[in-house]
Amino acid sequence: MDYNVIWYFLVGVLLIGYAILDGFDLGVGALHLFSKGDHDRRILMNSIGPVWDGNEVWLITAGGALFAAFPHVYATAFSGFYLPFFLLLMALIFRAVAMEFRSKEKSTVWRSTWDKVFSIGSILASILFGVAIGNIILGMKIGSDMEYKGTLLDQLNLYAIMTGIFALSMFTMHGANYLLIKTEGALQRQVRKWAFNAFWVFVVLYVVVTAFTLLAKPEMVANFSFGNVQAVGVKHPLISEHEYILSVFTWGIAILNFLAVLNIHRSLSKNNYGWAFISSSLSIGAFIALFAMGIFPNMMVSNLDPNYSLDIYNAASSQKTLRIMFYLAIVGVPFVLSYTISIYWVFRGKTKIDEHSY
Amino acid sequence: MNLDVEILARIQFAFTIMFHYIFPPFTMGTGFILVIMEGLYLKTGNKAFEVAAKFWTKIFAANFSIGVATGIVMEFEFGTNWATYSRYVGDIFGSPLAAEGIFAFFLESGFLALLLFGWNRVTPRVHFLATCMVSLGSLMSGFWIVVANSWMQTPTAYEIVGEGIQARAVITDFWAMVFNPSMMIRYTHTIIGAFIQSGFLVMSVSAYYLIKKRHKSVAKRSFKIGLYVAFFASLIQPILGHEHAKVVAEYQPTKLAAFEGLYETTESAPLYILGFTDPEDEKTYGIAIPGMLSFLISGSTEHSVKGLKEFPKEDWPGSIGLVFQSYHLMVGLGTLFILMTAIGVLLNRQRKLFENTLVLRIFSWAVFLPVLANQAGWVSAEVGRQPWIVYGMLRTNEAISKSVTGEEVLTSIILFFILYVLLFFTWLYILDKEIKHGPDDHDPEHFESGYLHRAEKAQNIGKAIKGKGE
Repeated sequence: MDYNVIWYFLVGVLLIGYAILDGFDLGVGALHLFSKGDHDRRILMNSIGPVWDGNEVWLITAGGALFAAFPHVYATAFSGFYLPFFLLLMALIFRAVAMEFRSKEKSTVWRSTWDKVFSIGSILASILFGVAIGNIILGMKIGSDMEYKGTLLDQLNLYAIMTGIFALSMFTMHGANYLLIKTEGALQRQVRKWAFNAFWVFVVLYVVVTAFTLLAKPEMVANFSFGNVQAVGVKHPLISEHEYILSVFTWGIAILNFLAVLNIHRSLSKNNYGWAFISSSLSIGAFIALFAMGIFPNMMVSNLDPNYSLDIYNAASSQKTLRIMFYLAIVGVPFVLSYTISIYWVFRGKTKIDEHSY
Repeated sequence: MNLDVEILARIQFAFTIMFHYIFPPFTMGTGFILVIMEGLYLKTGNKAFEVAAKFWTKIFAANFSIGVATGIVMEFEFGTNWATYSRYVGDIFGSPLAAEGIFAFFLESGFLALLLFGWNRVTPRVHFLATCMVSLGSLMSGFWIVVANSWMQTPTAYEIVGEGIQARAVITDFWAMVFNPSMMIRYTHTIIGAFIQSGFLVMSVSAYYLIKKRHKSVAKRSFKIGLYVAFFASLIQPILGHEHAKVVAEYQPTKLAAFEGLYETTESAPLYILGFTDPEDEKTYGIAIPGMLSFLISGSTEHSVKGLKEFPKEDWPGSIGLVFQSYHLMVGLGTLFILMTAIGVLLNRQRKLFENTLVLRIFSWAVFLPVLANQAGWVSAEVGRQPWIVYGMLRTNEAISKSVTGEEVLTSIILFFILYVLLFFTWLYILDKEIKHGPDDHDPEHFESGYLHRAEKAQNIGKAIKGKGE
């Protein structure tokens, strides 16, 4: 395994970390308008109050890591998704300041305006993440100079919109699972209903999106098809040499994902909310892992010519940078994990409103 | 419509980063001031410091959240608008950004949770630790971002590999890249600028309370802390500025020449106090100290300083007038800060500071000046670097995204403009509200000496009676 593969893996870990962590607080935001009354809404916001900012850092760091390790992917993706990413920025900014500002004023107009901003921002951000992933699965019009040749309309295709809504349903369910841990009483009973509703929407979309993917892009399973499906472009030696074991491993993830999804429903029914949350976390991680395994060693697939695809070699930084960054990560990550876990530990338990709350 | 992507992308970057850079100096400096306040509380047990720390934490939080939200924009813009730049130098430029994420942002955001919401959940000592870590995190974040920016000013430790569109810069020595020639001096200069800005913020709000005769105990203590932070920072700043100028002279001679509007190579080059430069006639007019520029960069008034004409005209910064004026604005304001804070310190030593309403009034408005100075400093540094995005290596017009159209950039500029104007006024409104609400010192007897407090009450009653009589 070389540094390019390691960094593909590490960027993937950062994205999984982001999707699991910010996933639930985006989900809480998506559910925000369903809750009625000032007290409930404050509980929802404060359930993520101490952690959302740290969660978003996973995105910033994933962006930085992508920039450093795979600058061409960073450049092509960010300039290629120009307007969608600006919308994403707007959504994230609005969402952040809505939380900070909402409870600073007693007026109901003020509060309900920021409530809407917070919720719409969260919904829009969730959908846009899904749209980006959907486009990468379908392949984009990337030219020989690594530049995006398509238009905005190319990105607004049926499949990408579906993956966008799928991402929203997944985060909403995940957010509801999180809220079940943080709430109690009547509000918790209400959240439980949302969790079931979101779960069923998620399951339906899960089936539809998977079927659609297999139909439109059968090569997404090439890397783990035991050699039965031909990949487009070159197969990485790691894949061709370990085809069997990697296929077993990846199908293992797919099956675990399936079980995790079942377990969400089971845990919700048994009121075991901690497990429901862990299951939806695992499921999010599994989806991203399957996506990563499907496109490997590519990072952005060109549908103009497979040779134009950006892979972990032609899009990467020099070996020296990859190595230095690897050491930086080894030094930094234990710290990050230790205080992230400590913070979640300090703020464990049901959310209560006090003088320092939003 | 034929829109120039380069100009639009530059406008967008300038606008978004100037807006962003209102907030990080407040975070870096106020974070440090919070450490002082909470440290004093732990040391003395004086409730006033605790009330002050809690109050300033709220102000800190309002600045922090906008700083973070508008900061993500900056990271995105390298990829969206400057994709060619990102491809060309990503091997080098990306790593400080990633390091900022791993070493600074996680630290900052993790402990921020404890700082804001942890008062009732952890012991005062752990809370103090959290405050220290947030402050450290924001200072480290500044460190890595200045590393990245300084490398663009004085690029080192790289080689160019590949040819044509494949050409790019790769790193040869990581630590030499991090500690590039201008990095340390630019970092300290930036941090000290942030301390001045925050010191003035604390003084401004405290002065407002003192004028209004509210929260006096907290306001006096806060004012003094802000005053001393700003005073020492203002004193250090010219020394750093001087060292900085030497580095600019050595590595970015065109920028230095633009700072002073120096067209001809001059022995015994002057330093302008006030003036203007005319790039058409290639002349600069104004009040100047002869030989001072030579002295600043070499220690000798005879030293010859290279003028812009030594360099091809296409390597001159596009807006020499802007560089000249913003540089002089920064220097002028820096001098003013020394004067203002020195007067403040003097009055404080004579115990006259808090009675002098005029001085308090001036300080309550002066917070805008360091913001202006910090902005002007960055404008002169960044516009002075032009036409290079990486000095001497990559031109700005070669760095823009190829797949992005002028219409797209214009659309995003308009959207950002609307959003930021909205944000700015909401931020002012919230800040104003927080300040008017003030610290939660409902029970002043706790920390105000009982005698003084009673005396004040008696005075107020006296006034009230007098008022009725009239």
